[in-house]
Amino acid sequence: MSPVIDVREVTKIFGRNPERALALLRAGRGKPEIQAETGNVIGLDRVSLSVEAGEIFVVMGLSGSGKSTLIRHVNRLVDPTSGGIVVNGVDVMAMGAAGLRAYRRNTVSMVFQRFGLLPHRSVLDNVAFGLEVKGVGLDDRNAAARRWIETVGLAGYERSRPRQLSGGEQQRVGLARALAMDTPILLMDEAFSALDPLNRAQLQDELLALQHRLRKTILFITHDFDEALKLGTRIAVLRDGAVEQVGRPEEIVLHPATAHVAAFVRQVSRARAIPLAAVMERGAFAPYAASLPATARCEDALALFAAHAWIGVLDADGVPVGRVGVAAVLEALAQPAGRTP
Amino acid sequence: MFPELFDTAPLRRAIDDGLDWLIANWGGGFEAAAAPLQWTLNAIERGLLALPWWALIAVLAGLALMATRKPTLPLVVVAAMLALGVLELWEDALKTTALMLTATLGTIVVAIPVGVVMSGSAMIRRIVTPVLDLMQTMPSFVYLIPAVMVFGPGRVPAVLATMIYAAPPLMRLTDLGIRLVDPDVLEAGWSFGMTRGQRLVKIQVPLALPTIFAGINQATMMSLSMVVIASMIGAGGLGYQVLQGIGRLEVSRGLLAGLGIVALAIVFDRITQAFGRRLQRRLGVAETRP
Repeated sequence: MSPVIDVREVTKIFGRNPERALALLRAGRGKPEIQAETGNVIGLDRVSLSVEAGEIFVVMGLSGSGKSTLIRHVNRLVDPTSGGIVVNGVDVMAMGAAGLRAYRRNTVSMVFQRFGLLPHRSVLDNVAFGLEVKGVGLDDRNAAARRWIETVGLAGYERSRPRQLSGGEQQRVGLARALAMDTPILLMDEAFSALDPLNRAQLQDELLALQHRLRKTILFITHDFDEALKLGTRIAVLRDGAVEQVGRPEEIVLHPATAHVAAFVRQVSRARAIPLAAVMERGAFAPYAASLPATARCEDALALFAAHAWIGVLDADGVPVGRVGVAAVLEALAQPAGRTP
Repeated sequence: MFPELFDTAPLRRAIDDGLDWLIANWGGGFEAAAAPLQWTLNAIERGLLALPWWALIAVLAGLALMATRKPTLPLVVVAAMLALGVLELWEDALKTTALMLTATLGTIVVAIPVGVVMSGSAMIRRIVTPVLDLMQTMPSFVYLIPAVMVFGPGRVPAVLATMIYAAPPLMRLTDLGIRLVDPDVLEAGWSFGMTRGQRLVKIQVPLALPTIFAGINQATMMSLSMVVIASMIGAGGLGYQVLQGIGRLEVSRGLLAGLGIVALAIVFDRITQAFGRRLQRRLGVAETRP
């Protein structure tokens, strides 16, 4: 299956003379050296990613890693210095102004870290904004906006202004505005980073529930490794504008590719990160008294081990596919972080 | 003495002859171009004079109440307008108001688009800014003379001279207001595929409105401050009373008319300012900027 979003060798250089900096970078010169010599900053260096249909692809990195620059390449809020972006088989870089507008209106919508709501408009008019830009008639766009406001749990707030809402509520407006566009691709730039921990956890759960229903292709940016593990179907770790590792959450936790990734892994609860699928013993066994789905985390199994030595593992349809024992789970949890076996 | 490097007389003659040629060949065109100003002025003046005095006071007090939702400003407005009536300045005050409103409307029509264009291009801004400085610092008499030569003495050249003086702050504030629009909001707009026109109408102008309104307030105040000078070329109204007071050494006439101008200034300044604050609160500017 061809990827929905294909980022190909994207390099982004900020500054006055990107061509010269690009030549130096290709010649193998270091970033600090190039910055000192030309005054240009290397934002991204030959980043390639493929995001598959229906997955939540998380790009995780610290501030300055280039993750916000990367996501803006997908809807071309930022143009690359070199490289290409192909979405659903269409070259985004080849689009003219009108083609780009149509692409932004119909294919990708975005949720922003600092919300980007219109302060002079009500919640309803904010959610309807994208549809208004698209040229949808008043009645239709208001009906759609009302539906999405209800979906994100803000029914009754239609007439409020953004500044009357809390941060979490404002981001629900931002999410509803993006969802109302009904695009197959959703870009979320640190969408939950500005929120307090409780609100963040709640919105993460709601996003997962929504995604279960909507099956969009989501590119999610975060600096929070816990958030990446919780939301990501796959995770890419970005550092200094280059991809360090791409993989499923458990792959990254169990086999961090670099010391930088290992440093993140040490900070998280392994019990929460590793799914049973990664530690289970596959095969047909007699039915067990307690069972969990393969996507459940080791954390969920720990409570059951008080009463059971083995726990059955089920696939998405509830069919038994294997079992896990205390020893396997303990081994996975105890594995010294940062050292690959 | 500074040495005479060359004879400047031909230069002066060239300027004067150029203006004469312009008037001879294009005078009719200029007058036709300014005709909308004349119509607007006549319509506003007729409208104001046709209203019964109490109705006009009620309208202004109503505006003040709408803008502040408090009784203080409406009471100040009523007092100021009654004072104008009692001092027998009513008709002159309305003529001055018509002049000021026409000049302000003309300024809005010209200055806001110029401000929008300035905000969009740093190069245009660099070119226009010195012109605005020139317009604001050049003594108004200097352009009153050619204006009278082109249009003949009367109210149209007075309105035009007033517009030249009042437009720069509105242009500057429109430009500033648009450039201060939150870039996060603009970026969100682009991400939904908006056009440049949608950016202007749906984001930039509404968010810049409080600043633009401050510019409109400035324009009204500067228009009022021009009325005495404008009366020298036949604008009439309170300015003419001041002028007569000076000419006849009638201190009382000049003083009362001057106070009348102050009363008008208070009424229009406070009402426009209150509307500006109202817009600002509606946008929650204070709350969204940490």
